[in-house]
Amino acid sequence: MLRLLRAVISRDLRLAMRRQADIVAAMFFFIIVVSLFPLGVGPEPAQLRRLAPGVLWVAALLASMLSLPRLFADDHRDGTLEQLALAPQPLGLIVLAKVIAHWLVAGLPLVLLAPVLGIQFDLGADALVVLMLSLLLGTPALSGIGAIGAALTLGVRGGGVLLSLLVLPLYIPVLIFGAGAVDATVSGLGPQAHLSLLGALALGGVFFAPWPTAAALRVALE
Amino acid sequence: MSNRVINWFRYASPQTFYPLAGQLIPWFWALAALFGALGLTIGFLLAPTDAQQGEGYRIIFLHVPASWMSMFIYLVMAFWAATGLAFNTRLSGMMASALAPTGALFAFLSLWTGALWGKPMWGAWWVWDARLTSELILLFLYIGFIALQAAIDDPRRADKAGAILALVGVVNIPIIYFSVKWWNTLHQGASVSLTKAPSMAAMMLWGMLFCALACWMYSIAVALTRVRTIMLERERHTDWVRALLADKE
Repeated sequence: MLRLLRAVISRDLRLAMRRQADIVAAMFFFIIVVSLFPLGVGPEPAQLRRLAPGVLWVAALLASMLSLPRLFADDHRDGTLEQLALAPQPLGLIVLAKVIAHWLVAGLPLVLLAPVLGIQFDLGADALVVLMLSLLLGTPALSGIGAIGAALTLGVRGGGVLLSLLVLPLYIPVLIFGAGAVDATVSGLGPQAHLSLLGALALGGVFFAPWPTAAALRVALE
Repeated sequence: MSNRVINWFRYASPQTFYPLAGQLIPWFWALAALFGALGLTIGFLLAPTDAQQGEGYRIIFLHVPASWMSMFIYLVMAFWAATGLAFNTRLSGMMASALAPTGALFAFLSLWTGALWGKPMWGAWWVWDARLTSELILLFLYIGFIALQAAIDDPRRADKAGAILALVGVVNIPIIYFSVKWWNTLHQGASVSLTKAPSMAAMMLWGMLFCALACWMYSIAVALTRVRTIMLERERHTDWVRALLADKE
């Protein structure tokens, strides 16, 4: 089981490394979206500090969503996905491995980039730490929930737009608690409660999402 | 035992359900009209004017039933989705897709009438209140369901994909509801809340109940009408539909 997990993860990572442009593009999307807000709302530091948690989190949501359509599409096109579905190991496990790989490629870089962008918004050191923590806890949930949407829209026309329509409403709890944790730190309340709930969402999301995803993949492969 | 099972599934086939639905629809329309007339009469003529909100409160006779129905229909839709996945019955998926537009309509009505009520009472069309936000998200979930089904050409695949989405959504609804509630209480003080004065006049309550029943019967009637159309559309190549259409001509 663990060997399979490792094999799928390392395969997906190797494929992602061969196409680094995609990863870099998603990261720059994140940076550009975040940088647009000070230009749009004006550069007053006090206002930016108030907006920062929400803006950074919304941008992170969108950036991690950008790479979702490719989560299964390439494997679907060349038939790998069918072989994976035929494998004796449960499909849910393979999905879990792909979710982890997606997080490593699309979620982790966001976590590492966020503090730099937070400085642009004049966030304090403790808020930056909480921002990183909240993203670290929240982005796995995004990858998990996103996988469901990616599997449902697999091979459907207009899949990209549809994917955002399906996935974004389901992202809302993660957004609320993620941005809420940073907000609570900025306003002097502790972030513990939000971070705990975010951790619960991440665990629940990563644990349960592979089941509906596998079901949706089987529907798509029929 | 086996006999009972057969009876249970008898109407799961579109061929037997189509005439049954056709017979039931007029009854549900009649009930909807009756309850609607009762509810509106009580609501507009008999119910007393509210001490604090004046006549403007009367929109609750549409607003509250619409909100209830929007949530209830989602649950029913998820139930049919689960049944469809579990028993692989064709009709379940059709029921789910027949219910979705009505549910979306009620979610929209609930938001719309809420805005009409909010303007004179709160002084704002829209407030980021917990209930408003979660109702809005519910509307998004309905739209996502409808869009997903519309995007998939093969109806069987559309049913199954929609069913998975509906079930994921139904798991998420409590999470969304509570997260929105907690988020809201942290951001702004509870300056507004939808909770009404605890003692509601009995007349108002009756009016609201009748209107809720009217909305419920209306939903059933419309969903059955829609499911009949969907059945004809999807089963157009079968013998019974051909025979039916030949009879009509």
